[in-house]
Amino acid sequence: MKKQEFLQGIKDGIPICLGYFSVSMAFGLTAVLSGLPVWSAVAISLFNVTSAGQFAGINILIAQGTMVELAMTTLIINIRYFLMSLSVSQKVHKDMRIRHRLAISYGITDEVFAVSMQHKGDLTGSYMAGLILTPVLGWTGGTLFGAVAASFMPTALTNAMGIALYGMFIAIIIPPARENKSIMITIIMAVAASLAFNYLPLLKNISGGWSIILITLIVSGIAAWLFPIDSEEEAGEEEASDIKEEKEGTNR
Amino acid sequence: MKTGYIILGIAVMALTTYFIRMLPMVIFRKKITNVRIRSFLYYVPYAVLAAMTFPAIFSSTGSQISAIAGCVAAVLLAYFRKGLLTVAVGAAAVVFVVQMMGF
Repeated sequence: MKKQEFLQGIKDGIPICLGYFSVSMAFGLTAVLSGLPVWSAVAISLFNVTSAGQFAGINILIAQGTMVELAMTTLIINIRYFLMSLSVSQKVHKDMRIRHRLAISYGITDEVFAVSMQHKGDLTGSYMAGLILTPVLGWTGGTLFGAVAASFMPTALTNAMGIALYGMFIAIIIPPARENKSIMITIIMAVAASLAFNYLPLLKNISGGWSIILITLIVSGIAAWLFPIDSEEEAGEEEASDIKEEKEGTNR
Repeated sequence: MKTGYIILGIAVMALTTYFIRMLPMVIFRKKITNVRIRSFLYYVPYAVLAAMTFPAIFSSTGSQISAIAGCVAAVLLAYFRKGLLTVAVGAAAVVFVVQMMGF
């Protein structure tokens, strides 16, 4: 375990942790008000670390749904993680051990994925461990807090915190879009597609989980076809990671 | 509600989610060299995050007006390259103020 990398991960995970706290508070509150015991709300958060998937899951549990129904719903809502995990698998250090791969798979959330993608150079197990630890603490702690105390929080505050995670997504996608026209166009296409899937007849009947995956496949596909990443960009990335490795070498 | 049912449900949710995240990580252990696929994966984060943010952000607070104000604040802060935390807290602060003003 490289301490410096781990601490950097912890630090990069703090904004996620804060954003998670508010969302998971809402989850904890909802779960308990729907009749689930406090321990189960906390356990769901600790073992799943997903937002929409968990909300859908407790609705099925409350309705005494079948396990097949529960598994299918979880699969559809969370299938996007497959693509995220695939992207992460291409960015982790090529020598990462299989048990480290198995371990970090636990914590590939939307936000952890987003932050790890903007991290310069290869991802190490130590960095990912830190980047996952703080958000999981926030997510689980927020659930517990919400299950026990959210009813005392002023609504204006919980409402305001609801936008925090989206703010973070915006902070991740906008700066590179300023530099790179192809990223800008990708974002515009994705937003347009997402609006279509939300408001157009027929398209809006497709569940949220499927529409996200369809939009991602179609838009990333079109973008890759229109603007394949040139060797320059790739060379730049490799150069950056080489420099990093050299630094690590001198530290050892 | 029966405790056994809840525990089984939590296990089913957790395992389903874990397999979705774990399979690609274990299957794709070599770097993909195909330029088309690399390009595709390069754009995935932007496509998925943009699609998840819009239009969901507009119903993420108590009122649409406060959400729009928060969204504008977030886009402006991000445009001027403020960090993740600044953008997230800035957007939340604007939402709070706009709601306090009665919108």
